[in-house]
Formats: sequence, C-alpha cells, structure tokens
Amino acid sequence: MNAIGVLAIAGMAVGTYLTRIGGYWLVSRFELTSRARAWLEYVPAAVLASLVVPELTTGGPEKLVAGMGVLFVSYRWGNILYSMLAGIGLVLVFRQLPFG
Amino acid sequence: MHGGTEEIARSQFTADGFVRGLRESIPIAVAVFTYGVVFGVLARQTPLGTIETLLMSVTVFAASAQFVVLDLWRTPLAVIPIVITTVAVNLRHLLLSAALEPWFSRLKRGRIYGTLFFLNDESWGLTMRAHSDGETDGAYLLGSGCLVFVAWVSATGVGLTAGGLISDPTRFGLDMAFAAVYIALLVGVWDGRSDAVPVAVGGGVALVASMVLAGSWHIIIGGLAGSLAGVVRDELGGHQ
Repeated sequence: MNAIGVLAIAGMAVGTYLTRIGGYWLVSRFELTSRARAWLEYVPAAVLASLVVPELTTGGPEKLVAGMGVLFVSYRWGNILYSMLAGIGLVLVFRQLPFG
Repeated sequence: MHGGTEEIARSQFTADGFVRGLRESIPIAVAVFTYGVVFGVLARQTPLGTIETLLMSVTVFAASAQFVVLDLWRTPLAVIPIVITTVAVNLRHLLLSAALEPWFSRLKRGRIYGTLFFLNDESWGLTMRAHSDGETDGAYLLGSGCLVFVAWVSATGVGLTAGGLISDPTRFGLDMAFAAVYIALLVGVWDGRSDAVPVAVGGGVALVASMVLAGSWHIIIGGLAGSLAGVVRDELGGHQ
C-alpha cells in the first residue's frame, strides 16, 4: 500500500463523515423555531426534485419520457423496485428505437 | 422503571426498526450494487490499488465523490485537491442530516452519530418517505444504510475482480436506475399541494444550476431554494 494514497483516503473519509454529521450538529445547536421546522420539512421534496430534474433533462429525450413512465408506475404501485425496473426497461426500449 | 414520555421516545431505536429499514432497502441496494461494480471496474484502470479501493469504499462510502476522485487519482497524488473535491461533492449531506434533526434529536448521541456514518442519498430518501408514512424508529435509517453499505463494498470487490463486463452503464439502461429511485421516493414523500412549490422551485433552480456549475452544487442550491420557497409561500399566506 502506498502511504500517500492511504493519507488521501483518510482525508476523504474524515471530510465525508464531517459532512454527514455537520448538518445535524449545526441544527441541534439551536432551539428550532416553527418556521425552521417547516423549512426542514420541505427539504426532502426539494432535494429529491433537485436530484431528479437535471438527471432527466440532460440525459436525452429517452430519459425524460422514461421518467414520465416511472412517475406513473410510482404513483400507481408505490414500489421502488417496480419503478426502477420500469425506468431501466423504458430507457433500453427507447434506445433501441430507430429515431433519436 | 423510570418511564416518562422522554424515556419512551428515546427508545425509538429498535431491532425491529433496523430490520424494516434493511428489508425495504433491497431495491435501492440493487441499484447501488450495479454502480459499485462499475466503480470497481473503473478503479482498476487507475493507479489506485485493490486494497486502497476497498479501503476507500469502506471508509468513505460515498459513490459520487469516489467516482469523481478516480479522475484525480494520478501520480504524483494531489492529496489536498482530492480531499477538497470530496467534501465539495458531499456537502449536500449537510442538508440531509439537518432534515433528520427534529426526528433524531430524541435518540442517544452515540446512536445518532453512529447512524449518520451510513447516511446516503437513497437511504435518506427512503427513510424520509417512511417517516412521512408514520415511521418513528431511528434504526430504520441504520438498517437501510447498513444494507447499502454492504452492497457498495461487496460490489466494489466484484467490480475489481470481474473486469470489463459493465464498464458502460448506459448500454444497459442502468443510468436510469437512480433517477427512477429518486422519482419513486419523491412520489412517496409528496405530501399534497404544499409540496408543489418546493418541488417546482427546487427542480427548476437545480436544473439551471447544473448547467452552470460542476459537481453536486445544483443539489444543494436547488434543495435550499425549493425548501425556502416553501417557507416563503407559507409566510405569504398560502399555508393550509
């Protein structure tokens, strides 16, 4: 093993752990107002939207269309595995089509 | 017995909750596994050794940051840029763990900071979805995180040994796996009309930010903008 490599990995590990506990630690220092709690309640939907939208709109039209299919499957069945299989399947099918 | 409501609330960290989180994470663990294999395959093509690659997956356990640093792994190794890049890609964790605070603050400190080691996007999304459906056991996140951790580390090992089978995930449509998981989780946390503004503003701002900025800044910026927009909407009288 290479000592510099291990040092870099150790730095990555410590830095990453600090980001994982940092948000919790910061917020736990203060007594949260009801407004702050409302803000934190909106974080999941906003973060998930921030993960999804750029991913779908920058991956070519097949991802956007597949995304709509996944939206339907998720809404209808609420099962993550079905949603994942639908997404992978739809993208594969669209990529086989002659256009695009 | 020293009962009291606080003591009962503190005990919301059970083996049952751990098992629920583990069991319900099987789909996301499959998605993470495929990406772990790709990571292992790509890592083999860099100066990063086998033991170091596994060490990284075990101690860092952060897919997107690990992919990004593969590109920086050249001799001589630039340690500081690698660490800074890793932290920048992982800054979004700040928002995720902050959102857990109102729920987790009743747990014992060791459990909180131990569980947070396993925090990852997918387990967090799944846990928030379960929470919005009434889950109150903090060990749910630990169970989910542990399964994803095992999937990530074992897949790294498979990728390191299996070679070039899945070097291009787009060929198999696997690049859609995470987007599909996020959509399913978003539908799960969707709490009716009050989430429309955070979703629309978050998604829109993240899209624009992703065109301008590299890395994962768009997730932080979109997440902040969307959640704050929800608060502003409430303040302006749109509260239900």
